[in-house]
Amino acid sequence: MSGIRVLVPVKRVIDYAVKPRVNKAQTAVETQGVKHSMNPFDELSIEEAVRLRERKKPVEDILAFSAGPTKSQDILRTAMAMGADRGIHVVEEKQELEPLHVAKVLQKVVEEENRNLVILGKQSIDDDAGQTGQMLAGLLGWSQATQASKVEIEGDECTVTREVDGGVETLKAKLPMVITTDLRLNEPRYASLPNIMKAKKKPLVKKKMEEYGIDLTQRLKTVKVTEPPTRQGGGKVEDVDGMISKLKELGAL
Amino acid sequence: MAPPNPLRHEVIRVYKQLLYMGREYPLGYDYFRPRLHKAFSAKADLQDEAEIRKGLEQAEYVKKEIEALYYLKRYRALKQRYE
Repeated sequence: MSGIRVLVPVKRVIDYAVKPRVNKAQTAVETQGVKHSMNPFDELSIEEAVRLRERKKPVEDILAFSAGPTKSQDILRTAMAMGADRGIHVVEEKQELEPLHVAKVLQKVVEEENRNLVILGKQSIDDDAGQTGQMLAGLLGWSQATQASKVEIEGDECTVTREVDGGVETLKAKLPMVITTDLRLNEPRYASLPNIMKAKKKPLVKKKMEEYGIDLTQRLKTVKVTEPPTRQGGGKVEDVDGMISKLKELGAL
Repeated sequence: MAPPNPLRHEVIRVYKQLLYMGREYPLGYDYFRPRLHKAFSAKADLQDEAEIRKGLEQAEYVKKEIEALYYLKRYRALKQRYE
C-alpha cells in the first residue's frame, strides 16, 4: 500500500462577510481595498487532508497550491498553518484565471509532484463556477467524487458519501482520485497566531505561469454584473377578506 | 522591585493571541480590543500562581469560544447562501 500524496488547491477570494460591490462599469465586483481570505470550501479541503493524516492514514505529504496575484501567498500561509506541509504558488498578476486554466495548471502540478489525491473546494464563493474539480478529473482521467460530506480511505479504496436530494449517496473508487468538498464535510480549524508563525518556516515555492506553458485565452465573457434587486417590503392585511382579495389581485387564487 | 513573575510571558502570549483573533471580531476590532484590555488589566494585580493559572485557563476557554463563534458564523452564512 503506497502513501497518499495530497494536493489541495486553494483560492484567494473576497471574504465571505464582506458585501461585494459592483464597479461602475458593471463588468466585475470591486476588489481594491476589500478584505480577502481563503475560500471557505478550500478550508474544508485542507482540513480533510489534515484529518486524514490525524486518523493515521498513510498521508505522506500535503501540498497546498494557489494561482493568482502575490497576495495569494497569505492564503497559502494560512493553509500551511492549518496543516499543509508545503506550498506552490503560481504567480499570475494580470489576468483573471478561468476554471479551465486552473484545471490545466493543476494537471501539470499533479504530474510533476506525483500526487494521487486531489481535494478541492466544490466551488469558490466569488465566481461560483464549481467546475475546476470536475475539469481536472476529466483532464487526468481519474475518478471523481464531488461534494463529499464524508470521506473514508482504506488502503487505496476510497468511500465518499454525498448528500443528494432525499438522502445520501455512497461512492466507492480507487485512488488516484479527485474529491470536492461540501459544506458539512468537517469543521475547519482556526489558523492560530502561533501556527501562522510556524507556517512561515515551511517551504513555499514560487513559479511563473509561463513555466507551465498554458494557453490563457479567455473563453468566458462577462456580459454584465448587477446588484440583485432590492427586496420589496411586505404589506399587512386587515382580515380574511382582505387577504383573499389581495391573493386574487396577485393571481394566486 | 519584585522579580518578574515567571508566568508573565505566558500571559503576554495569550493576550497577543487573543488580540490577533480579535481582528476578525464581528463587532469590530475597536469593540474587541478595549474590552480585552480591560479584562486583562482587571486581573493585573494577581500575585498568587494558582490564581494566575486560573486566569490563563479562562483565556484559553475564551479563545476556544471565539474560534467556535467564527466557525459557526461562517457556516451559517454559507448554509444560508448555498442551501
